Amino acid sequence: MKQVLVIAERRGAVLDEGVFELLTAARALAGGGGRVAAAVLGHGIGGLAAELARGFDRVFAFDDERLAEPDGDGDAQALLPLLARGGFDAVLLAHGNLGIDLAPGLSVRAGMPLLADCLELHWAGQSLAGTRAVYGGKVHARVVAAAGGTGAMATVRGGAFAPAGPGTVAGEVVAAALPAEFAPRRRPLRTLRPEAGEVDITQSERLVAVGRGIEDEDGLQLVRGLAAALGADLCASRPVVDKGWLPRSCQVGTSGVTVRPKLYVAVGISGSFQHMGGIKGSPFVVAINKDRAAPIFGVADVGIVGDLSEVVPALEAAIEEQKG
Amino acid sequence: MDIIVCIKRVPDLAEAGLEIAADGRGLRTEDLDFDINEWDDYAVEAAVRLKEQHGGVVTAITVGDEDAEEVLRRALAMGADQAILLDDAAFAGADPFAIATALHACIRSLPFDVVLCGAVTSDGASGQVGGMLAALLDVPQVALATGLEVDGGRARVRHEVEGGLEREVEVALPCLITAQSGLNQPRYVSIRGIRKVADVAIAARSAGDLGLAATAVGEAGSRVRLEGLLLPPAGKRAEILEGSLDAAVATLVERLRERGGL
Ligand SMILES: Cc1cc2nc3c(=O)[nH]c(=O)nc-3n(C[C@H](O)[C@H](O)[C@H](O)COP(=O)(O)OP(=O)(O)OC[C@H]3O[C@@H](n4cnc5c(N)ncnc54)[C@H](O)[C@@H]3O)c2cc1C
Ligand SMILES: Cc1cc2nc3c(=O)[nH]c(=O)nc-3n(C[C@H](O)[C@H](O)[C@H](O)COP(=O)(O)OP(=O)(O)OC[C@H]3O[C@@H](n4cnc5c(N)ncnc54)[C@H](O)[C@@H]3O)c2cc1C
Repeated sequence: MKQVLVIAERRGAVLDEGVFELLTAARALAGGGGRVAAAVLGHGIGGLAAELARGFDRVFAFDDERLAEPDGDGDAQALLPLLARGGFDAVLLAHGNLGIDLAPGLSVRAGMPLLADCLELHWAGQSLAGTRAVYGGKVHARVVAAAGGTGAMATVRGGAFAPAGPGTVAGEVVAAALPAEFAPRRRPLRTLRPEAGEVDITQSERLVAVGRGIEDEDGLQLVRGLAAALGADLCASRPVVDKGWLPRSCQVGTSGVTVRPKLYVAVGISGSFQHMGGIKGSPFVVAINKDRAAPIFGVADVGIVGDLSEVVPALEAAIEEQKG
Repeated sequence: MDIIVCIKRVPDLAEAGLEIAADGRGLRTEDLDFDINEWDDYAVEAAVRLKEQHGGVVTAITVGDEDAEEVLRRALAMGADQAILLDDAAFAGADPFAIATALHACIRSLPFDVVLCGAVTSDGASGQVGGMLAALLDVPQVALATGLEVDGGRARVRHEVEGGLEREVEVALPCLITAQSGLNQPRYVSIRGIRKVADVAIAARSAGDLGLAATAVGEAGSRVRLEGLLLPPAGKRAEILEGSLDAAVATLVERLRERGGL
């Protein structure tokens, strides 16, 4: 029987769906007789608090115009008294951009251990324990929070838990006040939306994705040829975009575009969680990679282990021949 | 302006066959190549650019053993002015909090306007050290920066936020910024560049030098214990098309046809 708090993330006027995955994790950790609470911050969030109260036993609603924009630095100040009051055995956040911004500082201020980017959570005796991916996903690490009686925090990887269905809990909504000393140190200037690209890859049925394996910009030509033969659009992993070889609108992943193709051909891509997180709708995934141990082969349907400079032209030629 | 950049030496994972060491708590490192963490390369570049614009001193710091000197040399070759190696057997087995504790003890005695970290490492990948260090230093922080300008005692930072958006925010100095990949295009470091800084003295500091008790750092000072490493469960594996290149490609075309891809 444990008390678990989930810190909800919001996107403008809506809740981030990830909060319902955290609800699943929180219920499992709380166990029978345990209670799960949520905290939500923002301005004019009455509706969001009510939505959360259908799944959580208690909802702490921090509603204040100074919280209008999510701010990891300021939100930590707002939440600290709630955590410092004690009583939570575990505090969960999504390992997304807000969690990365908020959790480390909050954990230090609250004096709580923090398990980052967990794929799984459980209790090891009285201590929160979890499994996380390290070394680019090639290895998993089992980690345990030190026992100290303070409770522990964890950030949870998106998709690690199935989202809880619509709840019927009728939880209590508590209006939470900001601490008197609340003084946000970040001044938001403007929020920028990603620029739309020439090709809207969210609509593409076939995608050829190119990763760091192409090594230089010339490698792009090779992959363009394959995309043309397949009648596919070209997209990329983040490093290719960071180098300026393709526009940001071509980046697939958690910090890029979410795509729903029927066919996804990944060329020279290792298959990081952040990249794969942008691929929805269970496409047929083909991987071409020279590393047999690359995590991409754990998610692809079919793959060729080999050097892309040989495999890609050969595949293009074979497809062209097939078309006759 | 005084700029501090925290960097870590990490193994190159792209094509490496990884083997877990006998104690189950690390990797067998004999066959691995090491380099600066990808995100820290962006942090060093940002630090050096700030110096080039505003004048000042860039100090690179790492917690590591003597092998970690090579990433400090790399930072010096990119334009850092001085480097500090935090090296002590007592630092072993540190969790991100204990690493942040060591960095904090070093940085608190130095003048600084901006501290730069990478957003995350490619090995431990927790993305915690920067935010924890900022809280220990009690300075404002901004995570996942994709743009950074400093002017008149304030930093204007563009960073990645909720829902795939970016936000531009302003914080007063001193502050801590964590660099997301793509923040800049890091300059090329030649072997010659490294050779030029071969004689620059690197200051080494032990826990004692930093005024830290051995129980405050390393495994003893950690809040999270690494129980062990394991290989991920096999799960679904792709059908790997073996044989000659022509045979593999022919089968792949077949699969694509079956799946309506052609
Ligand atoms: C907060 C955050 C958000 C992120 N968001 C995204 C995102 O939205 N999208 C994204 O993609 N990444 C994102 N990343 C980065 C992500 O963590 C990985 O670093 C990135 O996806 C790796 O890209 P890659 O697979 O192209 O490169 P690598 O991981 O370097 O893989 C390159 C692959 O190419 C193979 N290869 C090399 N040479 C050849 C060759 N000649 N022939 C065949 N194969 C070859 C290698 O074996 C390797 O597997 C994010 C990271 C963070 C911290
Ligand atoms: C495979 C692996 C798994 C590990 N897993 C855990 C774990 O789950 N729990 C745990 O408690 N410990 C773990 N450790 C041990 C140790 O905690 C980390 O290596 C270390 O604390 C840094 O964490 P990180 O690599 O995740 O850094 P991150 O928090 O991802 O690093 C962010 C930034 O902090 C700075 N930074 C990080 N490390 C250093 C350094 N040594 N010197 C200077 N600056 C630095 C850099 O700017 C870096 O870009 C693990 C270590 C390894 C190698």
